Amino acid sequence: MCQVGEDYGDPAPEGPPPPRPGHELKCVKCKEGLPVVVIRAGDAFCRDCFRAFYIHKFRAVLGKNRLIFPGEKVLLAWSGGPSSSSMVWQVLEGLGRDSAKRLRFVPGVVYVDEGAACGQSWKDRARTLADVKLILQTVGFPWHTVALEEVFALPPSVLRCSAQEPVGTMGNYKVAVDSFLQQEHMLGAEGVGGSPNSTQGEEQLGQPCTQDPQHPAGPPPADQTEALSRLFDSVKTLTAKEELLQTLRTHLILHVARTHGYSKVMTGDSCTRLAIKLMTSLALGRGAFLAWDTGFSDERHGDVVVVRPMREHTLKEVAFYNRLFAVPSVFTPAIDTKAPEKASIHRLMEGFLLRLQAQFPSTVSTVYRTSEKLVKAPRDGCAAGPRCLLCMCLLDVDTADSATAFGAQTQDCSQMRPPTPPAEAPTVPCCSTEVGRVQNCFRGTKPCGREDSRARVIEQLCYSCRVNMKDVPSLDPLPPYILAEAQLRSQRYGLAPRLGECWRGPSRRWPPWGKVPRVWLPPRASPEIQEYLVESSDDDVHTGGSGAWGPPEQEGKDGQAACD
Amino acid sequence: MPAPQCASCHAARAALRRPRSGQALCGACFCTAFEAEVLHTVLAGRLLPPGAVVAVGASGGKDSTVLAHVLRELTPRLGVSLRLVAVDEGIGGYRDAALAAGGGRRRAGTSRSPSWPTQTSSGAGRWTPTAGTGRSRACCTFCGVLRRRALEEGARLVGATHIVTGHNADDMAETVLMNFLRGDAGRLARGGGLGSRGEGGALPRCRPLQLASQKEVVLYAHFRRLDYFSEECVYAPEAFRGHARHLLKLLEAARPAQQQLGRAGLGPLTPPDQSFYLEIRNSGHLDTFWIGLPPNPSSVRSSPSPQ
Repeated sequence: MCQVGEDYGDPAPEGPPPPRPGHELKCVKCKEGLPVVVIRAGDAFCRDCFRAFYIHKFRAVLGKNRLIFPGEKVLLAWSGGPSSSSMVWQVLEGLGRDSAKRLRFVPGVVYVDEGAACGQSWKDRARTLADVKLILQTVGFPWHTVALEEVFALPPSVLRCSAQEPVGTMGNYKVAVDSFLQQEHMLGAEGVGGSPNSTQGEEQLGQPCTQDPQHPAGPPPADQTEALSRLFDSVKTLTAKEELLQTLRTHLILHVARTHGYSKVMTGDSCTRLAIKLMTSLALGRGAFLAWDTGFSDERHGDVVVVRPMREHTLKEVAFYNRLFAVPSVFTPAIDTKAPEKASIHRLMEGFLLRLQAQFPSTVSTVYRTSEKLVKAPRDGCAAGPRCLLCMCLLDVDTADSATAFGAQTQDCSQMRPPTPPAEAPTVPCCSTEVGRVQNCFRGTKPCGREDSRARVIEQLCYSCRVNMKDVPSLDPLPPYILAEAQLRSQRYGLAPRLGECWRGPSRRWPPWGKVPRVWLPPRASPEIQEYLVESSDDDVHTGGSGAWGPPEQEGKDGQAACD
Repeated sequence: MPAPQCASCHAARAALRRPRSGQALCGACFCTAFEAEVLHTVLAGRLLPPGAVVAVGASGGKDSTVLAHVLRELTPRLGVSLRLVAVDEGIGGYRDAALAAGGGRRRAGTSRSPSWPTQTSSGAGRWTPTAGTGRSRACCTFCGVLRRRALEEGARLVGATHIVTGHNADDMAETVLMNFLRGDAGRLARGGGLGSRGEGGALPRCRPLQLASQKEVVLYAHFRRLDYFSEECVYAPEAFRGHARHLLKLLEAARPAQQQLGRAGLGPLTPPDQSFYLEIRNSGHLDTFWIGLPPNPSSVRSSPSPQ
């Protein structure tokens, strides 16, 4: 029912559920093996066919998109969770000499220790790190473990995307590969030039290449840990915390990739996770960037491209594969572990989508297919516009746009305190926000400091980042590279002149066409708007009514009038 | 605690707080602000040119009642004339009371406004959703399509040049979520702008209330003492939109003013000649989603999009 084009079948049968695949059923693929797992809506696979199916999917995704060149250095972002562990394992098996059509790139693994953001003690983190190192040594690729605290040591260049020619399409793949190999040959990069055969992952023993050479295995500097805890404690909502964590993690991985010469980063987002991410991005105001957030490749950082090879595998397949073939993984509690469902938008969306999936089994794949259809290029050369400071997407906020409500919302987002009375700014009554104050500051009438720097950062963010920053009361705990880059950009480009325009809300000058008609307050208000009415003591004067209210269309919250 | 003063006129005591911004306003200023916003939407989007004859899809529910009222207030400013069109889907118990109320007279709100020319058009006679198809479960899908068709016919009968409907921001956010959940790329591509320019000879349609949240619409109706009917269709519980609505309510509880975010999640709502970042390759409407569907032989974009 929920997929367009799907034939509307008969109403769901009320009879007994279809029989489970028992020993009388055979694998649907080879028709002879004993099925061990049911994939999708009833396809039973035997162990070998399932393995072949899984591996084939991984290779097909890489092969179809043809973005990875032979001999290229690829960084695998491993979180310890099942999807990324599976991805690392697939790469390991794919590079093996005996595998058919083996993969031909040079992998490295990065693990980001986020324990400080989740409030873990150093003892727990050390224990996890020990497990992590054990697995990484088994895998054998060059690995890097970085602590999230190292964001405080990042340079502002992380936030700049270097101009990069777009990767060629299918037809130009050979050309692109040739030019890549030529480039590498000229640079004489170690381990890549010459024959790819010499760079088998297993031959290089894992050297611990941590970011901070002075502290190879001990805890990161206490002041950095404390700064990180302070930052995350200051964020008011879990949604904003998760988004901030994601942003910082991305920047850190990007930095590791750039420092060590990796040109691609692979993340282990599975089909289910991407479907949830798509819906969450919609709800967070990132609808314009869905194609980058959930597509196969994400080139907004310029020289480093993020690819998602696991995007066709559902979480169920990943879990079964890991169990059947003993893929090692490490459990690390995340920032939203054990959080109730309503705690953040991410949790909410995850719960909703998984429940809907139980009812309509094609939900996740439908959402995923929609994400496949999203095409990236914006219209008419907008690609050269300014980019968001944090997520590096094109800025999509135009405060002078047509839609009043949107403009007002944007203005509210940049509002940090309750609006001061319009008497302070008589010419522009509604502009009693940060923006207005900053404008005044530039005319030299008022001193400003903190608000100025905050406004400077906010105006360089895209819509969804602005909304997230609304939950961050003070921007001081942010890592210095963000603040430095914001300062640099604002000095270079100046404040956008469009900020001077804003929606002129109701003021003494309205309405322009006549006087305000007199309005009687109706006798009774429906429950759903009770919470917005300030006081209703005068409303009881009028009696009776047309009685045509009817049942409210949505369950209103039982109201106390919101008087705060 | 003393009641706050209205934030805009500072004369009257505040009677409500706006759902989106929390601003305290008195009833009159809120209604004025609401009307101003709708006017801005219509003007900035160039939705209703002066001289247009506008058919209002008037079902008698809160959205269309408010829409009709607001447009009536704005007609001198916009220079358009209004007609009401009501559609009878033939679903028992749904529109009976609203249509029997005389199409427009009761919805005038106050007695001083004249009754407008109204037209009731039935979608293909009095059909019931189970009659033609034998399945009652999926009738919500084509009910809307047939209703639009009936609206179109009714609008032509009264000689209209534009059609307006009362969809609010909640409706639009639900539509977007629903289309993503159903994977309806075509509708996603078409539904992005502020209205449709009327493809295939259809009348141009728009939704002036598109940026007003549902709560504000109800508040407006409350303060203007507008009557409306709010019976629910008997098939509504089976509709897929219910899931999207439920999701939106959950999101709103997690983060207020969510429907604005959900709507704005598609990118800035700019006039139709500027873009979202998603577009359908084979459609003539370049103001909506970018979605790479297989090219339609009849109209193909000349520049290839990277895949």
